[in-house]
Amino acid sequence: MTEKKIDRKLIRHIALLARIEMTDEQAETLGRQFAGIVAYMDKLGELDTDGVEPMAHALDVRNVLAEDTPGRSLPVEQAMANAPARDGGFYKVPKVIGDSQ
Amino acid sequence: MTKPDNTQPVIGLEIHVELATETKMFCRCANRFGDPPNTHTCPVCIGMPGSLPVMNKKAVEYSMKVGMALNCTVPEFTKWDRKSYYYPDLPKNYQISQYDLPLTIDGHLDIPLTGGQTKRIGITRAHLEEDAGKNVHDFPAHTGVDLNRAGVPLLEIVTEPHLRSVEEVMSFARAMHRLVRWLGVSQANMEMGQMRFEPNISLWVGDPEKVFDESAGYFTPIFEVKNLNSFRSLERTCQWVIDYHQARIAEKGRGWSLADVGKQNWGFRDDLNACEFQRGKEEAHDYRYFPEPDLAPVVVDDAWRERIAKQIGELPIARKARYLDKYKISEKEADALTLDSPTGDLLDAAVAAGAEAKRCVNLMLGKGASIANERGCRIAEIRITPEQLAELAKMLAGGKVNATAADKIFAKMVETGDTPGKIAEAEGLLAIFDAGKIGEWVDQAIAKNPQAVEDVRAGGKKQKKAFGFLTGQVMQLSGGAATPAQVQKLLHEKLGG
Amino acid sequence: MSDILNLSALGLRDAIAAGEVSAAEATRDYLDAIEAMDKKVCAYNEIFAERAMGRAEEIDKKRSAGKTLGALAGVPVAVKDNICTSFGRTSCSSKILENFHAPYDATVAGKLESAGAIILGKTNMDEFAMGSSTENSAFNATRNPWDTSHVPGGSSGGSAAAVAARMCAAAVGSDTGGSIRQPAAFCGVVGLKPTYGRVSRYGLVAFGSSLDQIGPLARDVADSALLLGAIAGHDTHDSTSIDRPVPEYLASLDKPVEKLRVGLVKEFHSESLDDEIRAAVDKAVKIYRDAGAEIIEVSLPHSRVDTDEGGQLSSYAVACYYLVATAEASSNLARYDGVHYGHRTADKVGDIIELYSRSRAEGFGDEVKRRIMLGTYALSSGYYDAYYLKALKVRRLIKNDFDKAFENCDVLLCPVAPETAFKIGEKTADPLTMYLSDIYTISVNLAGIPGVSIPAGLSESGLPLAVQLLGNVFAEETLLRAARMYEMASGITRLTPEIVKEN
Repeated sequence: MTEKKIDRKLIRHIALLARIEMTDEQAETLGRQFAGIVAYMDKLGELDTDGVEPMAHALDVRNVLAEDTPGRSLPVEQAMANAPARDGGFYKVPKVIGDSQ
Repeated sequence: MTKPDNTQPVIGLEIHVELATETKMFCRCANRFGDPPNTHTCPVCIGMPGSLPVMNKKAVEYSMKVGMALNCTVPEFTKWDRKSYYYPDLPKNYQISQYDLPLTIDGHLDIPLTGGQTKRIGITRAHLEEDAGKNVHDFPAHTGVDLNRAGVPLLEIVTEPHLRSVEEVMSFARAMHRLVRWLGVSQANMEMGQMRFEPNISLWVGDPEKVFDESAGYFTPIFEVKNLNSFRSLERTCQWVIDYHQARIAEKGRGWSLADVGKQNWGFRDDLNACEFQRGKEEAHDYRYFPEPDLAPVVVDDAWRERIAKQIGELPIARKARYLDKYKISEKEADALTLDSPTGDLLDAAVAAGAEAKRCVNLMLGKGASIANERGCRIAEIRITPEQLAELAKMLAGGKVNATAADKIFAKMVETGDTPGKIAEAEGLLAIFDAGKIGEWVDQAIAKNPQAVEDVRAGGKKQKKAFGFLTGQVMQLSGGAATPAQVQKLLHEKLGG
Repeated sequence: MSDILNLSALGLRDAIAAGEVSAAEATRDYLDAIEAMDKKVCAYNEIFAERAMGRAEEIDKKRSAGKTLGALAGVPVAVKDNICTSFGRTSCSSKILENFHAPYDATVAGKLESAGAIILGKTNMDEFAMGSSTENSAFNATRNPWDTSHVPGGSSGGSAAAVAARMCAAAVGSDTGGSIRQPAAFCGVVGLKPTYGRVSRYGLVAFGSSLDQIGPLARDVADSALLLGAIAGHDTHDSTSIDRPVPEYLASLDKPVEKLRVGLVKEFHSESLDDEIRAAVDKAVKIYRDAGAEIIEVSLPHSRVDTDEGGQLSSYAVACYYLVATAEASSNLARYDGVHYGHRTADKVGDIIELYSRSRAEGFGDEVKRRIMLGTYALSSGYYDAYYLKALKVRRLIKNDFDKAFENCDVLLCPVAPETAFKIGEKTADPLTMYLSDIYTISVNLAGIPGVSIPAGLSESGLPLAVQLLGNVFAEETLLRAARMYEMASGITRLTPEIVKEN
C-alpha cells in the first residue's frame, strides 16, 4: 500500500484539517494508536479489487427530487436558540475575512 | 532569457450563478435576498444535527438548461460530493457540490469580439452546489453570520483557459450574464451577488502561438481571484494581475514561474482598486471530497433531456440574426430586443398576431422602453400582452390613431390593462375622420391666426413654416384626435397653396 | 414489580385499549421503576416525567371519548439520545451537544408519538454512537442490568438496558455497525436493525450516514414487529428512505415460514468463537432443523474472521467498516464547531481556527476524536485511494457475498458478538479490541440488509446469550417470522434480570 509514516507531523496535519486542538502528549498517544489501527486497515491491501465498482450507498436509489415549493422556515428566535454567541440576528464569531468559496 | 514583452495572458474563468428558484437547493426555505438576517433558515440549512438534504428538482433542471445552452453534454449519471472546509458561513463545514461527475460537461460559448468576429471558448463543466451564507463585516470587533443565503442553489460554470485578453474575458462575462438571464434561470444581479466571477490568470512567457508547449515558453504563477461581483472589478482585476505579472517578470525573470511559485489566491480590494495576496500553494486546502451519502445520484434519460431542450428555445445570437433578417430592424434595435427572451417573445407573438414588426418595435423601444426604464424592469415585464401590442400597432398602421395618441394609449394600457381600442374610444384618442368636425377646427385656427394665414397665402419662404404652425394649431384644438394628413388636406382646400 | 411492567408492549397496548389499564397508570409505573432503578443502571440521560404523564392522560381521554387509538397508544417507550425531539435535550451523550435543544422532531419520534407511544426519556449511549459498551458516554457509563459490573454493550446501551430492566416497554436505538444488535444481545432483549432506507433517518444525528439505521429494542419478537410497523415507511425528508409499502409485520408473525432455508455462515462459526455462544448457535441450528427448515452452509469470504499469530481476531469487514464509517463521521461531525449551536470554548481565542479547534477539543471525547482523525486521514489527499476508495470497493465485495448467499437462503444464522457482556473498563485501553466487538454485525450495515439479535438463554455466569438472524433487503417480514419460530420453539423470551425481580 502507500508509503506512509505515522509521525507527529502527520498527526498534527490531520488534527489541523479536523480542527481538533491537542497537546503533544495527546498527539503522541494518538500517533501510537493510529499506527496500530492503520496497520489493521492495511489488511484490505491483500484483496484484489481491480475493476470493482465502489459502493458509496447501501441501496441503489436514484433521482430523489423535491418540487420547488416553499415550506416553513424557523422563526429567528427558534433557529438561533442554541447559538453560543449572537449579535442581534447574527451569529457572532471572531473576525474573519470575506466569504467562503 | 525570454524577453518580458513576449507574453500572452492565459485566462480561465469560473462563474458562480445563483439560480432563481423559489426555494433553496436542499431545503424548502425561501431563496430570497435582502430580508433580515437568519429569517429564512431551518434545521437543514443551519446544518443542525439530524437534518438531511433533499434536492430541488427545479435547480437541477435550470442547471441542465444552462449546460445545454452552452452546448454541454448532460451525462446519464451524475452524483453529489461533499467538499470539506471550515468557515462560519458554511454551517456543516462541508459544501454539497459535485466533484468528478458533474451535471454537464464539455461545451462551448461563442463570444463576439470587436470587428464582428466571434471566438469559441470551451466550457469544461457546469456543476450544481449549495451557496454559503454571508459573513457580515460591519462590526468593529467580530464578524456576524447570516445564513439566509446558505443553501441557495449555485451553478458553477468553469471555462477552459481559452481567454487571451481582458477584452475576451469581458465579452465572455457579458455573454454569460445575458445567457443566464435569457434562460430565466437567474436574475444575475451582480450587486446582490447573484453572479460572481473567479478568474485564473497567468501569463505565458514565450511564443504566443505555442501556449502550453513547454519547449516554447513557460507560465507565470496562476493567480486565482475569488468573488468578483461586478464587471468593473473583473476587468480591473484582470488588468491589474496582468500588469503585476509583467512587473514581476521584469524583476525576477524566469524565477517568476508557475513551476517555482505555484498557484496563489488573491483578493480584489474595491477600496484600493487593486488586488492583495491571500494564500499560497503551501496553504492550499485539502477538500477531502467524497460521495455525499445523504443524496441519491441523478440519472438523466433522453426523455428528460429532450424536455429541457424544448424549454431552451432560440438563443440570443440566433434570434438577433433572425430579427435582422426577417424584421429588417437595425443592429441596435435587435440588440435591445435580445437582452432577455421574454421581450423578444412579446414581439414575436405580436407579429404572429398579424402586426407589422417595425411598428411593434417602435412602440416597444419607444414608450415601452421608457416605462421599463422608469420601473427598472425589462420591457416584457411592464405587463402588456401581445394582443394589446398587436392591436395598437395595427391601429397605427391603419391610421386609426396617430403616434402621439398611440403613446398615450400605450401608457394607459400598461396602467389599466384595457384594450387599446377601448382606451382610444374612452379617451377620445381615435383619429377623427369627420371632415365637418375637423373643418370647424380649421376655421377656428384660420380665424385666430390671421398673420399665419396671410403668410401661407403669400407664398414665399414663410409659407411652409406658417402652414406647419396652422396644422399644429388644428391638431391642438382636436386634442390630438385628428390625423395630420386630414388636417393638411382641409387647410390646403381652404387656403389654397 | 407491578404487573403492568410485566406486560409486553403489545400486551400493554391491548390492555389499555380494552380499558383494563390506563395509559396514565402504565406511565406512572414506568416512571416509578426508573426512579427506583436507574440510579443503579444509568440508562437514561433525561426523563420527561411531566410531559409523559400529560401525554398519557391525553391518550386516556381519547380512549374514553371513543376515538381511534394508534398502534402504540399508551405504550411508554425510550428513545436513544441521538434521535432529535423538539422537547428536552438531544445530546448524543456528548459534551459538545450537552445543552442542545433540537427545534424539531425526528421523523421516528413523530411517528412514535402519532402512534400514541409515550416517550419517557432519552437514553444514554456511546458518544455519537461511537462505541460498543456505552462507556464512551460523556455523562455516565450505563450498567448491564444482568450484572452491573458489566457493560450493557453499545452504542444503544441505554435503550437495551432500559428495556431489559423494565424501565420502558420498548425502545428505539440506532445501529451503524451493530449498535442495536450487540447491546440487545448483551442485555437479553430483541434488537432489530432494519434494511437501510426502511426507517427514516431524518432527525437521527448522523454517525455514518450510509450505514446508520434506526430500529427497535424490545422484549420479544412480537414487540419488535409492532414497533417496526410504527416507525417504518417512506419519508420525503430523507432522500435515502425507500418508497415501498410497509407490510403488516404483526399479522403474519405467528405463521412459520414454510420450507425455510437457513444459511449457516461458515466463516462466523470458527473456533475463535466463545464456546457458549457457539453452542447457542448450534442449538439454534437444531431448533430450525427440528422445525423442518433446511440448513445450508453459506460462505461470506470477505466477512471472514481470522485469528492472527497473537490470537487477535481480524476481518476485512472490520477494516472496511472503520474506514467507511469514520470517513463519513469525520464529515458529519465537522458541524460541531461552536458557531451555530453546541459547545463553544469559554477561553478567549485569537482567531476562528482556534475557536473551532479548542471548542472541538473540549467538546469531543477521546474515541470521537480518534475516529474523526482516522476518517480525516482516510479521506485526505494522498491516502484517499488506498483507504477510503479501497474500502468502498471491498464494501461491494462484501455485499456481493450476501447477494450470493441469499440466492439459496431465506435467512442467515450467526452469532451477534464474539463473547457475552464484558466487564466495565475491560476494553477501554485498546480501541482496536473494542472495535472487534462488532466483528459479526458490521457486514450487515455495509450491505444494508436487516439483522435481528434474539436472546438465546443465559451463560453459566448468568449473562445473556444471543443469536443473530440476517435477512435479504426488505425481507423483515420473513426475518421476523423466522425469529418468532426460534422464540416459540426455544421458549426463550422476555428474560428478566434479578435486579428487576428484587425491585
